[in-house]
Amino acid sequence: MLRYTLGRLLSGVITVWFIATATFLAMHAVPGDPLMNEKATTPEIRQNLSKKYGLDRPLPEQYVIFLSNMAQGDFGLSFTQQNRRVNDIIRDHFPVSAALGVLAIAFAAAGGILWGALTALYRNRLPDVIIMFLVILGISVPSFVFAALGQLALVNLNQWSGTSILPVAGWGTLSHMLVPSLVLGLGTMALLTRLMRSSMLEVVNEDYIKTAKAKGLSAPRIFFKHQLRNAILPVITVLGPQIAAITTGGFVVELVFAIPGLGRYFVQAVQQLDYTVIMGTTVFYGAFLVLMVIIVDIIYGFIDPRVRLK
Amino acid sequence: MSLERPLTEPDFSPAPGSAAAEQLTRPSLSFWQDAWRRLKSNTRAIISLYLIIGLAFFTLAGPLLWTQDPAAQDLDQISQAPALPKTARLVADYQPFTAPIVADHPSEPEDYPDELAAVAELSVLGAATTQSVKLIWAPVDQAGGYSIYRSERKPEGLLGLGLPLETVNAGNIVGFEDRLNLKSQPYYYSIVPTDGFDEFDVVTTIKVEPEQSITISQAVLQGLATPDDLPGQVIPLAFHPFGTDYLGRDILARLMQGARVSLFIGVVAPLIYVLFGVFYGGFAGYLGGKIDQILMRFADFVVALPFLLFMILFKIAFGIGPGESGVMPMLVALILLLWPATARLVRGQVLKIREQGYIEAARLLGGGSSYLILRHIIPNTMGVILVTLTFAVPSAIFTEAFLSFIGMGVAPPTPSWGSMCNEGVKTMLSHPHELFFPALFISITVLAFNLLGDGLTEALDSKMRTRDQ
Repeated sequence: MLRYTLGRLLSGVITVWFIATATFLAMHAVPGDPLMNEKATTPEIRQNLSKKYGLDRPLPEQYVIFLSNMAQGDFGLSFTQQNRRVNDIIRDHFPVSAALGVLAIAFAAAGGILWGALTALYRNRLPDVIIMFLVILGISVPSFVFAALGQLALVNLNQWSGTSILPVAGWGTLSHMLVPSLVLGLGTMALLTRLMRSSMLEVVNEDYIKTAKAKGLSAPRIFFKHQLRNAILPVITVLGPQIAAITTGGFVVELVFAIPGLGRYFVQAVQQLDYTVIMGTTVFYGAFLVLMVIIVDIIYGFIDPRVRLK
Repeated sequence: MSLERPLTEPDFSPAPGSAAAEQLTRPSLSFWQDAWRRLKSNTRAIISLYLIIGLAFFTLAGPLLWTQDPAAQDLDQISQAPALPKTARLVADYQPFTAPIVADHPSEPEDYPDELAAVAELSVLGAATTQSVKLIWAPVDQAGGYSIYRSERKPEGLLGLGLPLETVNAGNIVGFEDRLNLKSQPYYYSIVPTDGFDEFDVVTTIKVEPEQSITISQAVLQGLATPDDLPGQVIPLAFHPFGTDYLGRDILARLMQGARVSLFIGVVAPLIYVLFGVFYGGFAGYLGGKIDQILMRFADFVVALPFLLFMILFKIAFGIGPGESGVMPMLVALILLLWPATARLVRGQVLKIREQGYIEAARLLGGGSSYLILRHIIPNTMGVILVTLTFAVPSAIFTEAFLSFIGMGVAPPTPSWGSMCNEGVKTMLSHPHELFFPALFISITVLAFNLLGDGLTEALDSKMRTRDQ
């Protein structure tokens, strides 16, 4: 187990290094540099600035400096936001994205497993038909439409009640998080419901369910202990990449609800070619994604003892 | 029938044979015929298939039937909600309006008055049209001027007078012409007299409902009338069944043009990257060993690249000049970044199929590599590939919409469904139809491809094949 984990971690580090290198090269291949937007009007100012940030050195040297700094966990200063370290940007804004993402995943996972189990239980009956219709809707409507509709609903709710029940935008308290995270989790919830349903229906036909019935186990025991536990496996496999996707991909929701998450800084940095912020956020996101997949694989081993043998 | 009938010669001749009677089994169905048969019995999949055909028709033939220019701005109908065709009254071209001046009335008060009477005899001069609304009133004694307000809602006394249009600084000017962005809806004009500096707490309000109108030269320019038409005539305005956007462009025409971008990216990108993935994965799976390892490591690495960043980097790297839509860079970026999933899937399939008994048997019977690949391996992976393709289309459409929504996709003025949503979201509260229609089309397309994908999965699933027979 320890050997397996260490092996996965090592290959994860190599993957992150690859991502960092590819991003570094791609970023420098783009015409222009972060000083384009600065008021570097005279060549002298421009020269001084590029000297300060080390942009005047040859690319391989910049790469080596970047790698050694990265190994020490230092991503340097932002080009466009004055006197702000990339580490500070990540430290300040990632928790916001993460909190939103975790709540969204909690909504999605709880909803997905519950609705999926329900639809399988009431297969081809009214609850199944209604839930599956909503699921299809959830998969087919783009997230920005949900975000816009969510905000519209909040506005109407507050107008109707006369007071501010839930804030329409902004960040700070739990009440700010509720609707955005629900909106963010809807697509994933629909996906998980579908997966859970098909997985439940597959499990029902397995021999061990028949055995359990033949043994005379009670229906709830069969449902929870045998059917649900086995059916949950594929859901957990998908959950890993989904956690990473949601925590890093909440950009639209962050935009609509004016939430100061990391996604906004990432997109902004790419637009302004802010080298250090791009590298910092990319490496951070990449490492986060790799770590999530590894963690999920390990959890998988705990839930399904058959996998542990590998 | 009695058995006692005497038997005759014909009774001993052989019965006439037919091919049908000789048939011992049902006609054999090929895998694809069988899959098609099962797909046809799936109502939802068939409806989605029709929907997709309808969308293709909408995209390809639509602009031929609905010939409005998607870039033309109809300034008479801006942000128009979907409605029946509208008409407008032709009016003469604009003549400058000089406000009437009452000659025997002083323009300034003699002293600063403590009180002023409300404006009397407030009325509309001529016909109120969306080209101009002219107000006249009787001069107020001792007034040094008048403030004119306009509101879309009925003011309550001095509250909610609305938009301050103008302050006239003479007591003897008793007319005003409003030409500010008038629409065919009720307006409440309020006049407050002033002493030249301060407004007094008396107000006179009048309700005016301008008639939709268009000047002759405008109408001729838009091809709605000929120069011979006379003022006063009622002519039909351009019809916008889905309304217009914030620049007065026809939403239906834009949806049709946007479909070309959205569906082009949504269909062509998956087609190419799935094809590439099939070759890549098939190659890796068939060769196996070291080459397979190296190829799949590379695929893993491409998967781990942060999608959004590379998408944007590609777009910038390709360099989009002014006036270009940026469809091509997006297409290339989608293809370069999304193929690994298909490659992985196909490789898995090929690895599985390679070990199957029938491949072994075909090889024993002397089948060469190319025969094995073309006749056995590719046909057996076709099902999975087809299903991947149908699910790849909605995800590509979503990606295009998402990128255009955050302003990283197709550059204006080229419309795409995503960028139309992006524009619509800004006016969501006042003009919801500008968001609703593009969002609806995205949803319908994605829904249709998803349901078709579901149907194909079921129809092509070999487990299902044995189950229902």
